Amino acid sequence: MSLFRNPFDPDSKLTSVCNCGRHGTQAEHEASKNQDGDALAENAVEQAVMRALFPRDEVRRHFLKTVGAGTALSAISTFFPLAAAKEAFAQGAGKLEKQKLAVGFIPITCATPIIMAHPMGFYARYGLDVDVVKTAGWAVIRDKTLNKEYDAAHMLSPMPLAISLGVGANAQPYTMPAVENINGQAITLAMKHKDRRDPKTWKGMKFAVPFDYSMHNYLLRYYVAEHGLDPDTDIQIRAVPPPEMVANLRADNIDGFLGPDPMNQRAVYDGVGFIHVLSKDIWAGHPCCAFAASREFVTKMPNTYRALLRAIIDAAAIASKPDNRKQIAEAIAPAAYLNQPVTVVEQILTGTFADGLGNIRKVPDRIDFEPFPWHSFAVWILTQMKRWGQIKGEVDYARVAREVFLATDAAKFMAEAGLTVPKTTSKTFVIMGKTFDPAKPAAYLDSFKIKRT
Amino acid sequence: MTVPGIKAKAGLLSFILLAIFLGAWHLATLPKSAVQTVDDEYAKLVGAQAATGQKSTFPTPADFGRKLLEHAADPFYDKGPNDKGIALQLSYSIGRVLFGFMLAAVVAIPLGFLIGMSPLGYRALDPFIQILKPISPLAWMPLALYTLKDSAVSAVFVIFICSVWPMLINTAFGVAAVRRDWLNVAKTLEVKPVRKAFTVILPAAAPTILTGMRISIGIAWLVIVAAEMLVGGTGIGYFVWNEWNNLSITNIMTGILLIGLVGMALDLMVGRLQKLVTYVE
Repeated sequence: MSLFRNPFDPDSKLTSVCNCGRHGTQAEHEASKNQDGDALAENAVEQAVMRALFPRDEVRRHFLKTVGAGTALSAISTFFPLAAAKEAFAQGAGKLEKQKLAVGFIPITCATPIIMAHPMGFYARYGLDVDVVKTAGWAVIRDKTLNKEYDAAHMLSPMPLAISLGVGANAQPYTMPAVENINGQAITLAMKHKDRRDPKTWKGMKFAVPFDYSMHNYLLRYYVAEHGLDPDTDIQIRAVPPPEMVANLRADNIDGFLGPDPMNQRAVYDGVGFIHVLSKDIWAGHPCCAFAASREFVTKMPNTYRALLRAIIDAAAIASKPDNRKQIAEAIAPAAYLNQPVTVVEQILTGTFADGLGNIRKVPDRIDFEPFPWHSFAVWILTQMKRWGQIKGEVDYARVAREVFLATDAAKFMAEAGLTVPKTTSKTFVIMGKTFDPAKPAAYLDSFKIKRT
Repeated sequence: MTVPGIKAKAGLLSFILLAIFLGAWHLATLPKSAVQTVDDEYAKLVGAQAATGQKSTFPTPADFGRKLLEHAADPFYDKGPNDKGIALQLSYSIGRVLFGFMLAAVVAIPLGFLIGMSPLGYRALDPFIQILKPISPLAWMPLALYTLKDSAVSAVFVIFICSVWPMLINTAFGVAAVRRDWLNVAKTLEVKPVRKAFTVILPAAAPTILTGMRISIGIAWLVIVAAEMLVGGTGIGYFVWNEWNNLSITNIMTGILLIGLVGMALDLMVGRLQKLVTYVE
């Protein structure tokens, strides 16, 4: 549990004398807290240089004793650009413009990094006091974010694109600094369809997706279209907020849904549905939800934005390690967050789960957390928006992708959090056996038989 | 032997009805003896009913009672913005309703007075009132969120807009229907308009105005639950929504029972006021 021990918790027991363990006495600790951030940062730089030059403690101490700390520092600065180093460091962590933030989320496991950063102290680590606020549905989260009631929010990755383009909302420049999760969705069908596993037989069935501008909508449409069904005429797709999906499935209002977890696993838990296919078997490594913020927030409060992004990327890095998943499940299951039985959340995060048909499946990458906002993800989403007639006319795919999916900052903080950072921002991927080349979006769009263009 | 009064008889009958209801509920939800159809390892991963090949069932009255006690034991806890005790949630809702209702009263009663006293104003405003009145207050919600740009204000606005019409219409009607004789008496005594309004018209129209207020507060309480489900955050509506998310039927029923009790209390309160101003001609 040491991994998640809150370093700001004054009650945590450590062997050394002060709370944080870096100071000899509690008074010294308090005094250092009162220093302003800049001075602390400068100290840190000096210490780092000193330690790098004299990695052995005895040698360093001997040197300092003989010449004195002040002389040593000036001696070092003659051959090492200390001032420049301090300045470069200070730019990384400037003063926070705003400390108290509200971040909205929908109670689904996609939001894991945003949620877990609260109980596990990642926001506090960067000096932020964040209220994570549970929200009723995607339209409400969009409106509350556009109203600035939320400083940033958990959104579906197509939403920042849609908001920026002004489809389904008033155009407002929006950004997506990080993907929250990859995979982690599934098509769940009602128990009565246990023997109807071939999508070709799904004509006339009613499905729910969380929102029109969602990966769920595009993946479900893609999936049935690849099986020869027209998603607009052969089946019915309606937008239902995730929390209402299981209740609707139980009431026979819908035949199935392509929804986020915990709803798929919850349907199994309550015996009302079974998991037909995991979304990772449609497209392995697809993005789903995102951490989104307005361009205004990013440009007007750059330090706050960076601190927030860092906290979330740190959380994602922790969540991406399978060993931590059980603890995370316990942290995010209570009423204030997902409000689900722990075993349901645990089955989702660990990937060892009951499928509703009597089998226990082991799929460790059922959900995974890779924050990098690939530009090619945005391009794919835009091709699907165009494919289903949500956007009309010419689209500058590459430009929109670049402006909304902010890859630079994510890459920087991912490297700091110890994640592997891709060298490019674009990659090809395969969805149900069909390759997508982000350099040729128009040709890709033309290759589909079922489309609305 | 004394013959029990009608009150005692009615009370006894109410009690018997409740007992029948609870008994029927208990019988209908008795756990069916079912055989586990899957292996133990799988059964651990799913709910008790799913392990026997059934859907999860409706809770029993005993389950519900336990949940009620649980809530009664700690109604005021506050664990951050997403998890508060039931009494706190209720107080948020009551606060919103009273605030929106007061605002509506402040606007509707003076305006209703003016409309009621002026036949021209009555006719001119009538088409607007008739069109605005039947609109479901929740239909205003997206518009309110969009223009007011604040979800808390939007919720109060929705309460305001739903409670304003019954009060406005009843006030106007009550004022317009004051007996002509009384107005004529006031005229012969050369009472000034303001004094006439307060000493003649207001007492005469008060019962009708209070009836409007009673209808309004009932509607406001109906609407707040739905409004809070939409905007979320706090309140008893949010509580019900949050527990729907968890498919916790016992918690949802707790919410329903409390909504009913508070609604009854609000209605009784205005009912008392109404009795105070009622007069016999």
